[in-house]
Amino acid sequence: MIRITRRYRFAASHRLHAAELSDKANQDLYGKCNNPFGHGHNYILDVSVKGPVQKDSGLVVRLSELDALVRSSVLNEFDQSNLNDAAAFVARVPTTENLVTEIEQRLRAAWPGGEWPQLDRVQIRETPRNLFTSSGASV
Amino acid sequence: MLITRKAEFSSSHACYRSDWSDERNREVYGLKANPHGHGHNYVLEVTLEGDPDPITGMVLDLKDLKDILNREVVEPFDHRFLNHEIRPFDTVVPTAENITIEIWRRLEPNFRKGARLHQVRLWETDDLYVDYFGESA
Repeated sequence: MIRITRRYRFAASHRLHAAELSDKANQDLYGKCNNPFGHGHNYILDVSVKGPVQKDSGLVVRLSELDALVRSSVLNEFDQSNLNDAAAFVARVPTTENLVTEIEQRLRAAWPGGEWPQLDRVQIRETPRNLFTSSGASV
Repeated sequence: MLITRKAEFSSSHACYRSDWSDERNREVYGLKANPHGHGHNYVLEVTLEGDPDPITGMVLDLKDLKDILNREVVEPFDHRFLNHEIRPFDTVVPTAENITIEIWRRLEPNFRKGARLHQVRLWETDDLYVDYFGESA
């Protein structure tokens, strides 16, 4: 099996606050992440695809096409944004668990069929010390 | 248990096929198609799978692993133009995918007794890496 991983970066802010919980419970649960005006991260997004190496080109995927897909599905909306403003996070807390799930769903929905390789794994680093891997990942 | 050792080499390459037009090469490979080449500081991470020896406590002597990586990959590839100086890249386009597969082919015969080759990861830039687990995986 061969897998190619492309790294993207985006900067966004968020505030963790669950509508179902009291203000006190939110503060106890999320701590600084519940501060009222939010805070930001330089997110690192790793998108992994697996599939055969095309015999003529020697490529698994054309990077220009993968870049365009990730840009239109994810980066255009989320880069330099407040995640709480996104429709996906009106009713869900923009934890990075929920963010990696949202991004994987968007990529799967936009993923071309045909000769395209499979989407294998989505990972996000919220900070250099926090890594989140999508649940559909093979490794 | 898995153990991973890192090595680096700096090489130039060009991704183009002489049997394709310039336009087709540019469409498929983008800037990488420049026939005079360009370079990368490649970072190689080689992962072996095995059990620690009950006496030495080691899966493999990392000194031996370092020597193998140097002999099979770093010494031949470092400061070379892959298309012109390293087989099979005179006929196989040295994409990151094909370089990773070639490194696996060169390393794998060294790990048939004891620790086995599990994964070859090749970073071409900070934003692109390839993992290869062999033909059968």
